[in-house]
Amino acid sequence: MNAPVIAVRNLKNQFGRQVVHENLDLDVRGGEILGVVGGSGTGKSVLMRAILGLRPVQGGTIEVLGETVTGGSEPEALRRRTGVLFQDGALFSSLTVLENVEVPFKAHFPALSSALRRELALMKIRLVGLPDGAAGKMPSELSGGMRKRAGLARALALDPELVFLDEPTAGLDPIGAAAFDSLLQTLQRALGLTVFLITHDLDTLYGICDQVAVIGQRRVLTVGPLEQVAQFDDEWVREYFHGPRGRAAEAAAVAGGS
Amino acid sequence: MSDPPQLIRPDDKGDALVLAGAWRLAQIGRLETALQTVSGPVKAIDARGIDALDAAGALLLLRLLERFELTPDDLLLQDDHQRLIKTLAAAMAEERPGASESTPFWLKVPERLGSTIVESAQHALRLIAFLGLSLQTLAATVFKPGQWRITATVHHMQKTGLDALPLVALLSFLVGAVVAFLGATVLRDFGAELFVVDLTTFAFLREFGVLLTAILLAGRTASAFTAQIGTMKSREEIDAIRTLGLDPIVLLVLPRLIALLIMLPLLSVVATLSGLLGGLAVATLSLGLPVEMYINRVYETATLSHYLTGLSKAPLFALVIALVGCLEGFKVTGTAQSVGERTTSAVVQSISLVIVINAFAAVFFMEMGW
Repeated sequence: MNAPVIAVRNLKNQFGRQVVHENLDLDVRGGEILGVVGGSGTGKSVLMRAILGLRPVQGGTIEVLGETVTGGSEPEALRRRTGVLFQDGALFSSLTVLENVEVPFKAHFPALSSALRRELALMKIRLVGLPDGAAGKMPSELSGGMRKRAGLARALALDPELVFLDEPTAGLDPIGAAAFDSLLQTLQRALGLTVFLITHDLDTLYGICDQVAVIGQRRVLTVGPLEQVAQFDDEWVREYFHGPRGRAAEAAAVAGGS
Repeated sequence: MSDPPQLIRPDDKGDALVLAGAWRLAQIGRLETALQTVSGPVKAIDARGIDALDAAGALLLLRLLERFELTPDDLLLQDDHQRLIKTLAAAMAEERPGASESTPFWLKVPERLGSTIVESAQHALRLIAFLGLSLQTLAATVFKPGQWRITATVHHMQKTGLDALPLVALLSFLVGAVVAFLGATVLRDFGAELFVVDLTTFAFLREFGVLLTAILLAGRTASAFTAQIGTMKSREEIDAIRTLGLDPIVLLVLPRLIALLIMLPLLSVVATLSGLLGGLAVATLSLGLPVEMYINRVYETATLSHYLTGLSKAPLFALVIALVGCLEGFKVTGTAQSVGERTTSAVVQSISLVIVINAFAAVFFMEMGW
């Protein structure tokens, strides 16, 4: 189960003259939650978009679930095996929550009967902890936390092996964020997911991430279990993990774990 | 995948059901039909043979349990599938309040009709209230030069007036030419081509000069006002203005209103002139009328009262366009979608109102004999 699910080699991303990534290598192994951290503007989202094949890269190769993404052609088979939760859910605003979750089924399994599709979609909506009443609502009628849950239900619709999450707890209150973290962990274990998680949230890192990758200076500075990464000798890493917020999150994790 | 196809075979010996193979979303259609042929009684399900299970397959298993009234203990599973079934069963079993009850179709039509009528009434009230609020604020600030937003007003005069000048001139010129052409075609049969000049002059002095300008500005300016104010509203800038002790009406509405009140009449003068020029072009080039004759005829036809009745509508139109544009902007709620909706609504409303008001004004002026 530990073959790399995502393998990035010598990645180069560039906007005009501005080089975002250069010689970036990253491996994500199956069945683990990888937290990706880095300062603002270090290109965490750019990396995610490159791995998803949403933007052309200027060099290097990316393999996801054994398929090459960087070839230029649309990785259609991969779309079925990966799910994405964008920052604010990116729910389609003209569809209800239920219809949003049904979209992946319609796109990839058009032969599915509508009753079964509905039942599967409702199951995913329940699975992410939304009340049944939310299924018929429009995304604009939901709170931020509910939108994220609905987005997660859509991302998980096709039982993907690999899920990408872009700052899932940003903009949530601490209770909502903690609930989302534990939901994610439950689902990850039950469904055997591999999770690529971009976050700023130290509590998420301490709470649920198996591995942490730090992005900075155009590459992955270090990757490994949290304790190991926290000891890495870099000014940003020290500031991040051992600043006042980092210490508080660590204390909370220790207190919660024991 | 490498999994063998799914199998369902009732055990020969008794009432247990043995399942194997891949139970995944991709196979679910076939599985569902296969399951329908299974008949009871089933006392236990042995699913240890299933080597690939996802949430869709698990849903079918849960359905089977429900159908044969079994408990999760009657279901034998591989260890790593156990957790998935448990999580799903827990999610499905919980009572979740607030299941949506949908309105029946035959009730939706009257419901929609009713809500549209109520909304229009409320909307009309809001527009009138907004008119009152704006005029009151205008009256309150008119003697306080400290509150005048001169820079903003001049900025909007440039945006809504000067920048629209080429468009207004060009379109009025073209409409003037078309009116003259139309008149020429009809009047030629009576040998009364000269009256083309009367037609164009009348049309532009009384109606088209102002109306064309107002319609153009309703499309161009009302939408811009809504988009500007709506974007500010959705980013909570309006709330910020108020918490700083400032009045959004003074800051945002009055400069736009005053700019339009000044610029719309000026633009309509340009529109009238361009329309007459368009008529002139057709008259000289197509009908062979000398330029001097055209101008003399315009002098004879045009009276000040014609022009004033036309121009008197301009401030009214300016008021309608500015107020509708600003009010729709204030109605924007948080989402980007709502900015688009309100902008569309602003254009539709302001153009409709301009045309309706113009029609009433035309009847009124005719009856009064002005």
